[in-house]
Amino acid sequence: MATFYETGPGYPVTESIRVDRVSPTARRIHAVRAFVVLVFAIITLIPVFVMGITAFKSRADVVSVPPKIIFKPTLEGFVFLFTERAVVSKVRLPEFQKKAEAGELSLFERIALNTGQEITGPSDYVDRLKNSLIIAGISTILSVGLGLFAAYAFSRFPIGGKDDLLFFILSTRMLPPVVVTIPLFLMYRQLGLHDSHLGMILLYTVFNLSLSVWLLKGFIDEIPIEYEEAALVDGYTRFQAFYKIVLPQAVTGIAATTVFCLIFAWNEYAFALMLTSDDARTAPPSIATMLGRGGIEWSAIAAGSLGFLIPVVIVTFALRNYLLRGVTFGAIRR
Amino acid sequence: MSVQANAPRLSSQERARRRYLTDRAIVNLFIWPTLILLIAINLFPLFYSLYLGFTDYSAIARQVPVWVGFKNFSDILNDQQMWKYFATTGKYALASVGLQTLLGFALAMLVREKFRGSGLLTTLILIPMMISPVVVGLFWKLMYNPTFGFFNYLLGFTNPSTGPDMLASRFAGKVVPNLALWAVVLVDVWMWSPFVMLLVLSGLKAIPDYLYEAAAIDRASSWFQFWRITLPQVAPLLLIAVLFRTIEAFKAFDLVMGMTGGGPGDQTELIAVNLYRQAFLGQWRTGRASALAYIVLIIIIAVSNLYIRYLNKMRGES
Repeated sequence: MATFYETGPGYPVTESIRVDRVSPTARRIHAVRAFVVLVFAIITLIPVFVMGITAFKSRADVVSVPPKIIFKPTLEGFVFLFTERAVVSKVRLPEFQKKAEAGELSLFERIALNTGQEITGPSDYVDRLKNSLIIAGISTILSVGLGLFAAYAFSRFPIGGKDDLLFFILSTRMLPPVVVTIPLFLMYRQLGLHDSHLGMILLYTVFNLSLSVWLLKGFIDEIPIEYEEAALVDGYTRFQAFYKIVLPQAVTGIAATTVFCLIFAWNEYAFALMLTSDDARTAPPSIATMLGRGGIEWSAIAAGSLGFLIPVVIVTFALRNYLLRGVTFGAIRR
Repeated sequence: MSVQANAPRLSSQERARRRYLTDRAIVNLFIWPTLILLIAINLFPLFYSLYLGFTDYSAIARQVPVWVGFKNFSDILNDQQMWKYFATTGKYALASVGLQTLLGFALAMLVREKFRGSGLLTTLILIPMMISPVVVGLFWKLMYNPTFGFFNYLLGFTNPSTGPDMLASRFAGKVVPNLALWAVVLVDVWMWSPFVMLLVLSGLKAIPDYLYEAAAIDRASSWFQFWRITLPQVAPLLLIAVLFRTIEAFKAFDLVMGMTGGGPGDQTELIAVNLYRQAFLGQWRTGRASALAYIVLIIIIAVSNLYIRYLNKMRGES
């Protein structure tokens, strides 16, 4: 260690070292700081960890006092989440057990049987998840596509009242959802869009447009305009220059924007709660209503939440360099 | 660039004409779909709800909106109950934004200089704000459970009858007012302190090193450096973080719905939650809810304006 700091006539100066950063006190403070951050990170992750383990607990383990950290993992929560079940009567129980021994039951059926139930069909949640995928997926494609065109135009052309227009686009994001939901509800009811996939896709598309325009504009602004100018001089049309020069350069930005839009649409709750009831209802409001039905199936709720958590964790890591832009709607870069 | 190889050959005159025309066409083609969607789904409803705010109307009654002038607005402003909800929202905003700012700022100062594993830890801390708020609400409902939740257990309250029941605003069986509100604030702080950290961090990284070097040469204390260099330099970004969080606090809905649904009683009935209740539950008082929504909107605009004015003033000075 000591050799690292040795300087003097015999040593070449490779880098400048500020004395106030390498003194023993400074190094001790450094270590303390790292420790505090570590502790904070652990505390932050406790609820996430608890949700993760609860998803694999059996019904008895969830409500055990004191709460268990070590337990026998089971997939009960997932079975409860994805299936509708009925209690198997005592008369039929041996018949089921025989089937189980013969290996005729699937994994889920066996787990359900352990709790004395048989699976009668898939739960609503499966449909809700499908709706979430459809609505979040299509609306993301639309908002990134439309946003890309608009962002390019805003980035490259002089447009009258550009700043006002951009501010208008950003401000739509600041509205409390309820302000627009009441009239939208009435509008959708008139148009037959209430509780429809199309209605939700349109709404989420607009909801994400402000984000995608601002984010993509930032990314496109960073692509040197000279590339396009060179292409234009060489006889490319504007449109060719756009998709042959700008698009390939903006791929990273487009990918980041797509994931941000996807996460926002995937997580959205307020609009979905107010504008859907059954056909187009997405997963977040349905996880929340699971609380209301009969006894609280905590492991099922945890399993559902875990399903929401995993993509988010992956995304957080994949996008860590773009997170700042994403969560401030692209208004802040650097 | 291999542009030259496959570029179409055109006479210069034709090229100029084509580019000029397409430029305009392209701007219109590129911008209008976005604007039309925004106008249809955002701007039009905004005006429609302003109109509804002046009417007596319920979306589930078979009746047309009846114009009542400012009645809805004056009803709301004369309703003690509504003032209580506004006060709750104000308390919630003040507490959560204040704590987030402090904690986020402190965290940013801590991770400002890299140490081994700092990148990983920072990213891990950022996870909460990416999770769906309603799912977070459910998470914490489980955490806060007085008998089998981890919150009490980790704080050392192993016996439910002597520990707090956060979401019921009780401590060892006795009622503690606002405990549930604090429980919500705590979760909001858990979720959004990383956001403040992220913004402040980007501000800190942009401070030029020579400022500190000059201060070090002048033997300025680190305390002085903090107050005279660090704080003024990150203040604009800090203020933006506070602005974003304040707006969000007035919109707070998902988290509370997931965790308390406004209860116990109406202790966590934030204005956005009450707005939902009036608009879509019970009597469906569409007209009144629209008026209330507009009041909230005006508050948000006023608060943002205050912040932005202050921000501009600060920028003008430095």
